[in-house]
Amino acid sequence: MDTAASSNPKDQSRPAAAKGRGQILDALLSGLSRLCALAVLFIIAAILISLFMGAWPAFKKFGPAFLVSAEWNPVTEEFGALVSIYGTLVTTLIAMITGVPVSFGIAIFITELCPLWLKRPVGTAIELLAAIPSIIYGMWGLFVFAPFFADHMEPWIADNLGRLPGMGFLFDGPPLGIGVLTAGIILGIMVIPFMAAVFRDLFEVVPPVLKESAYGIGATTWEVLKKIVLPYTKAGVVGGIMLGMGRALGETMAVTFVIGNADRLEFSLLMPGNTISSSLANQFTEAVGEMYTSSLIALGLILFVITFLVLSAAKFLLIRLTAMEGSRT
Amino acid sequence: MKVKGIITALTTLLTAGCLALALLPAASFSAFAGEVTSISGAGATFPYPAYAKWAAAYHKRTGVKMNYQSIGSGGGIKQIRAATVDFGASDAPLTPDKLDKWGLIQFPMIMGGVVPVVNLKGINPGELRLSGAVLADIYLGNITKWNHDRIKKENPDLDLPSTHITVIHRADGSGTTWIFTNYLSKVSPPWKEKIGTAKAVAWPAGIGGKGNEGVASYVSRVKGGIGYVEYAYALQNRLNHVRLKNRDGSYVEPNSATFQAAAANADWKGTKGFYMVLTDQPGKESWPITGASFILMHRAQKDTAKARAVLSFFDWCYKNGANMADELHYVPMPMEVVTLVEQAWKDQLRDSAGNPVWK
Repeated sequence: MDTAASSNPKDQSRPAAAKGRGQILDALLSGLSRLCALAVLFIIAAILISLFMGAWPAFKKFGPAFLVSAEWNPVTEEFGALVSIYGTLVTTLIAMITGVPVSFGIAIFITELCPLWLKRPVGTAIELLAAIPSIIYGMWGLFVFAPFFADHMEPWIADNLGRLPGMGFLFDGPPLGIGVLTAGIILGIMVIPFMAAVFRDLFEVVPPVLKESAYGIGATTWEVLKKIVLPYTKAGVVGGIMLGMGRALGETMAVTFVIGNADRLEFSLLMPGNTISSSLANQFTEAVGEMYTSSLIALGLILFVITFLVLSAAKFLLIRLTAMEGSRT
Repeated sequence: MKVKGIITALTTLLTAGCLALALLPAASFSAFAGEVTSISGAGATFPYPAYAKWAAAYHKRTGVKMNYQSIGSGGGIKQIRAATVDFGASDAPLTPDKLDKWGLIQFPMIMGGVVPVVNLKGINPGELRLSGAVLADIYLGNITKWNHDRIKKENPDLDLPSTHITVIHRADGSGTTWIFTNYLSKVSPPWKEKIGTAKAVAWPAGIGGKGNEGVASYVSRVKGGIGYVEYAYALQNRLNHVRLKNRDGSYVEPNSATFQAAAANADWKGTKGFYMVLTDQPGKESWPITGASFILMHRAQKDTAKARAVLSFFDWCYKNGANMADELHYVPMPMEVVTLVEQAWKDQLRDSAGNPVWK
């Protein structure tokens, strides 16, 4: 959408004197790119309409209660989206809490502190990590991470964090190694390479003269990062975080393997839960009956809306950041 | 026959050459229709390995190809109703009402057993004995420790640990779950009342694994776990199976013999539309959680040759496929049942002229 909008005025402002092949090619380019951009709009509209039509029977029957009901019973055909929505949001939040700082660390190390000979290997390793299919992360999570987590970390978490006043209920439960927390951490590991690669590329385009000036007046690495690099790249950083978040929200296979797929509302992070995409992947093939299928499609629509809201929030955040730019010295 | 007739006509009646020429296109058409080269089906995933193996062997013998898409029972029912495939396959039988409503015939093709498996240190496969009621209470979340009195009562000789029981179920909709929950509904009134029978239910406890392999890997991973899988998966993953108390009160091991016993003791003859669920069947040797996978076809067949080709394939499978099914740890249908099925083909399948398709 953005590319089309920015290329159109250019085409129109072209001098009419430029004739011949160039003009035809330009017209062709403009037409084709517009077609591509419009196709995106058309596809989005088509998806939304078909999702809405599919979800309509469920919305009609359950009403707004669909969003807040924790019931998910295929036998009595009583459905509610709360468990899946909660699971989706919580796993994504955990993924961001674990993923964002590590990605920052990686990017900062590579751009600011890394010796030259190590830069390439680390950079390539990150890109390789990004290329691993999600099912591999899921299997690794199930066969390697979950057992380790269950034996060595969850008992400690339950014993120590489980007793914290006020938030102990978040860490209460048997150490299965399978649950919301594990899913969130696996997601965090999965989004790290994406975000780290984006952050690294961003930090690298900060003009050296800015950084050098800061170092020149005696700033520490930390101060350079905080006062020069981050403000310079903030739009991109927010974009990178959104990219990771988008992946975490929609990830299916890896989550299915380790989240435990239980349609019950449990607030403890050590207990099994479910996410929207995982519910869809598991239940769609054998969902019989209109209400069941429709409720699953409604879940899909909700995921669509959540993603849209997240993107909007990011845009809003950017606008506010830009508006505040002048006031800060 | 027709081609041969034409040849004689050509050789003897040279004068009637034009007549023979006029007949030729019709003759070649019927010969083409008689030679069906491929049949198609869609549905249940559980019997897919057996169907695929049978199809490969049948193709080698006869040249007829069977294309089977394992898209799930729900999909299979949808596809056969829309008549986009020659047959549908479902793990759970359709009720006679639905069969009548949609004009379908159903028959059992192959059997399998669902086996509860546990992860308990120091207890060997087949040592733990459970009754249906206790199993249901474990899955209801009423029994949460392995050394619970009711489990101890059935296993006085075993040294049961105090480990927490982790219930493991299927996360995806599945025929296996249908059979399992059908059994629990039969043996436990609370289960029937609160949960019921379906391919996916509102599990009151535990964690869900995707597919048989998902449940199998959770059970082998989680200490104190209990799950249910198809027999083949229990064998392949060397899982620790449980002995179950059947309707006649004896504790039986899951194997081909006990599955066959459940099928043989079932009253197929008195059941309309083969609506037979093999759970909790009578008989001293019967494994209580046995289930058959079904084939669905339209009663009114437009393309007789195609329908006959489909039935010939199934007939061949019934008669020659037993060993192949055994190798994959499925259980072939007992011969008495096959006879009933083929009788049903004769009685119910009709071509467009109203004649029986299978003779």
